[in-house]
Amino acid sequence: MLAFSSPDAFGQPLDAPRLVMTPPLLSARGLQRRYGAIVALKDVDLDVYPGEVLGIVGESGSGKSTLLRLLNLEEPADGGSYTLAVAEYAGRDLFGLDRFQKRQMRVRHIGIVYQHPHLGLRMGTTSGGNVADRLILAGERSFSRLRGAAREALNASEFPLERIDDLPRQLSGGMQQRVQLAKAIALRPALLLLDEPTSGLDVSVQARVLDTLKRLQRETRVTTVIVSHDLGVIRTLADRVIVMRRGRVVEVGLADQVLDDPQDAYTQQLVHAKL
Amino acid sequence: MTPLLDVHDLAKTFDVHQLGRRIIVFEYLSFKLLPGQFLLVTGANGIGKSTLLRCLYRTYRSTAGQALYNARAGQIDLARAADIDIAYLRREEIGFVTQFLRPRPRVSAVELVAEPLLTLGRAWDDAEREAKHWLADFGLKADIWPAYPTTFSGGEQQKVNLARALIAPRRLLLLDEPTASLDRKAREALVRRLADLKSQGVAMLGVFHHPEHIGHLVDAEVSLEAARSVLHRNGGEPAHVGD
Repeated sequence: MLAFSSPDAFGQPLDAPRLVMTPPLLSARGLQRRYGAIVALKDVDLDVYPGEVLGIVGESGSGKSTLLRLLNLEEPADGGSYTLAVAEYAGRDLFGLDRFQKRQMRVRHIGIVYQHPHLGLRMGTTSGGNVADRLILAGERSFSRLRGAAREALNASEFPLERIDDLPRQLSGGMQQRVQLAKAIALRPALLLLDEPTSGLDVSVQARVLDTLKRLQRETRVTTVIVSHDLGVIRTLADRVIVMRRGRVVEVGLADQVLDDPQDAYTQQLVHAKL
Repeated sequence: MTPLLDVHDLAKTFDVHQLGRRIIVFEYLSFKLLPGQFLLVTGANGIGKSTLLRCLYRTYRSTAGQALYNARAGQIDLARAADIDIAYLRREEIGFVTQFLRPRPRVSAVELVAEPLLTLGRAWDDAEREAKHWLADFGLKADIWPAYPTTFSGGEQQKVNLARALIAPRRLLLLDEPTASLDRKAREALVRRLADLKSQGVAMLGVFHHPEHIGHLVDAEVSLEAARSVLHRNGGEPAHVGD
């Protein structure tokens, strides 16, 4: 398994999994992405196992957000393959789906929380309405069921339900992230993508949102990929980490190992810069 | 008896790229650990006793050698096992006990302690009951169980940490000075708990500043001095210790 042989010069290469025999939920191979002359992603391989939280770290411009947009099927790849082990499309390269199918995948199986709430929310629609939108896209039409499911998802995100009819622009940053989260998990996706979910928040709010994410992950075991430049967030949430630099993966490992015994020269710099 | 852990010629070096330096902590370290056995890791301060524990838990990557662990599902080399397998073993079989808690804001003491059981799928009521039992046993006052340990004293945090680290059933425990700076009551509770686990067949590898605290539990020693001196004297011949 290529993705697990950390490309470091000194550590021993790792074996393929032998105890955990479940195949990865998410598997990507050879991802490429360029913007003109800029190489955003180069030969990125990725495996994420069911129930796992994978952290992606790296400085600005390392390609981590590009990678997340590819995994969310909101941007095409210039090369490589991407599979998610969900019923309809298991084994299919998701980059090869047509627009309708991609949208169906995104609505049904992938939830995302963006750093900037305006990317994930309609600011002129109530909080409950934002969550219900997603259910409507999936075909739900009964008003009472929509309302019930929206309440349930908002509740799971620890959003105060008395504010369900407020517009996102009337809410604090932390509350907006909870609405995004509720929208992302409303249909119980197979994959949850988090793009700097707490970066815009002040410290005490950040801690509370992190706590919600941690609890939700424990209760639902949703497979999660989180991008963050905050290594404390990564240490709290992630089981494994990949480190990106200039569009490439330079190190893969258990979160504590990457943070406490980084093998790659760049990772050592990154970790020590943050400590 | 089949060893639970069979460490063979394990080596750890740190490569500090920025300084262009290689720091050799140990090389050719070999020992066996049986179920129910308690091995004390010995050697001077700074020799790398904690490093050994972290290599086995895979917080650190070993540079060479093997650490064959007899998992329920079969033998696996902790030095080279896939990350996902190590994550599984940390949830199910291998525990790491330090003196330091990593409290999280807005997570209560009782929740922190119950968390490893919740991760294993236990119901909240059940996990909470057991968490309270261990907090009481380690001598944390009941009125602060629902409070956030971020505000606790060092001693209180340490009790929460021990309760959390020892609540879930494990087959191998790595103990990194868990008794340091504990008050007598908590220390006695810890030693009782360790003795109990040992009699149930849990294997332990421990670093203790004051080995007299756990003297009667120790079956043998793993000396890093021996591993080093043999290495240095014989130019790299294996040192077998702790058998």
